[in-house]
Amino acid sequence: MDRKEYDQLAEELKPSSHGIKNAFNAFLYGGVMGVIAQGVLEFFMNVYNCNEKEATPMMIITLVFVACLLTGLGIYDKIASHAGAGTFIPITGFANSMSSSALDSKSEGLVLGIGANMFKLGGTVITYGIVSASLLGVIRYVFTLFGTIG
Amino acid sequence: MSSHFLGQSVKLENVYIASTGTTCGPLEYAGPLGSCFDKFFDDYHCGESSFEKAERKMLRDALDICLKREQMKYKDVELYIGGDLMNQITNVHYLAREIPKPFVGIYGACSSFCLSMGVASLMIEGGFIDNAISLVSSHNATAERQYRYPVEYGVQKKSTTTFTATGAVATLLTSQPTNVRIEAVTFGKVIDYSQEDPNDMGRAMAPAAYDTILSHFQDLKRSFKDYDLVVTGDLSTYGHKILKEMLQRHHIDVVHYNDCGCMLYDINKQEVFQGGSGCACSALVTMGHLYPLLKEKKYKRVLVVATGALLSPMMSAQKESIPCVAHAISLEVV
Amino acid sequence: MNYIMAFLFSGFVCFIAQLIYDHSKLTPGHITSLFVVIGSFLDLFHIYDKLVEVFHAGALIPITSFGHSLMHGAMAATKEYGVFGIAMGMFDLTAAGITAAILFGFLVAIIFKPKS
Repeated sequence: MDRKEYDQLAEELKPSSHGIKNAFNAFLYGGVMGVIAQGVLEFFMNVYNCNEKEATPMMIITLVFVACLLTGLGIYDKIASHAGAGTFIPITGFANSMSSSALDSKSEGLVLGIGANMFKLGGTVITYGIVSASLLGVIRYVFTLFGTIG
Repeated sequence: MSSHFLGQSVKLENVYIASTGTTCGPLEYAGPLGSCFDKFFDDYHCGESSFEKAERKMLRDALDICLKREQMKYKDVELYIGGDLMNQITNVHYLAREIPKPFVGIYGACSSFCLSMGVASLMIEGGFIDNAISLVSSHNATAERQYRYPVEYGVQKKSTTTFTATGAVATLLTSQPTNVRIEAVTFGKVIDYSQEDPNDMGRAMAPAAYDTILSHFQDLKRSFKDYDLVVTGDLSTYGHKILKEMLQRHHIDVVHYNDCGCMLYDINKQEVFQGGSGCACSALVTMGHLYPLLKEKKYKRVLVVATGALLSPMMSAQKESIPCVAHAISLEVV
Repeated sequence: MNYIMAFLFSGFVCFIAQLIYDHSKLTPGHITSLFVVIGSFLDLFHIYDKLVEVFHAGALIPITSFGHSLMHGAMAATKEYGVFGIAMGMFDLTAAGITAAILFGFLVAIIFKPKS
């Protein structure tokens, strides 16, 4: 049996990936995450009597804290197995990637373990965030100089 | 002493299984074969401070149980051969510090069980030694850490994923006749069918299992009918289906065929995706479940084809496909 | 109303990400990186600001918002410091999130044990 024939055979027998169910779950969990965020946001807006912009960091800190705690308790990965993208796309997924990497490397010590591995998974988001924001920032800055966009 | 390789296989006359020790984790114990294993741990840490140490503890316990059955000490065994899934074959090598006898570390990924049994058998058949221990283990958390993601990282597993079994198995082989012997060994070629998905081991490994099974049958002029049972190591539900279809398309009558990955767990009830994998998967099923059945003479001859994906996460990231291998041993009632 | 909007947008972004995850070989690492880049790109013409105005927390919680915030902080600082502002202001808005993730991640690692 050659490779092409083998690939054909394997595709035929491939187990179904529950694509629709997964996508629906991601929508649901992701949506709920948005609602929770909105609730926390409005809570801080009322408590500190501030606007949405000022309350945003408070909301993010709160959600990051909860995500880290759930990771430590071993609950986050169980929710994620149902939610899929619903838990890795929100900022809580970033918190989970950092805390799970740190927790996992605990046995290798404070520096070579936790310190060196914390950004193992989450680092890529920061790297490409900064690289893209810098490049696009320069472009926009040049445009601003010529007054095309404010 | 007249045995000689026929192609990839060799027939053996003087290799017997004397004793075995099996330890497993919580999910393996909860599975359909749970009661077959000598000792189980209900926690992945096994009371140790890291998962790696936990795996080593399982290995040590399996070895102790195996030797205790024969009232032997570490020094009474002439040679130890073993492997696990970690880089540097960490767990067996670190355990081997406690063993005052020669130690041969082997790596065949999940096929390590049959590889170590096969090499040990040849040593005994050759008359170089009178007894040897084969030692293999795998642990879900150590394998996840090395090959996939941190254990607490929230990632949804693909539907083709397999679940690394947690457990350790020690087997004592001797030249002194007992009631079950290793009757033939087939070493496999490394096969690569350009499969690149590290989340789909069954599909990558099925061609290797196919090649080894065919070579075994060809070399020894046998077919499925010569065995009461043929098991593959850890192809899982998906790989099992592919292999069966491959064999049938080549007009081979497939009877009495199963996969250890499907036997170790209750696929429908336990959250193991396509089924079990890892060195411990084929080793636990063979030594915990099939060996007692052979001893009771429920089966006469069983072929175990342990499959291994020789994948390196580094090479996967470099977009290389996954080389795979399968080794087979045939167990027979004396 | 804000809640419904937040639900819809956040759900929608996760839905798209899930489709990519299920129908490609990309890992969550690839997808989150991609979304961060998209987020900063959408800030280029102030589109993301509009999204936040309409969807509130729904647009603030997905990782796309991280790219947007990086870009936003950088651009705000260019008003005062010119091109150097891009580097100087990069973390102005995201500092809270990153600091929290590092700090709580560290504490969690110290206190808990991986469960598996």
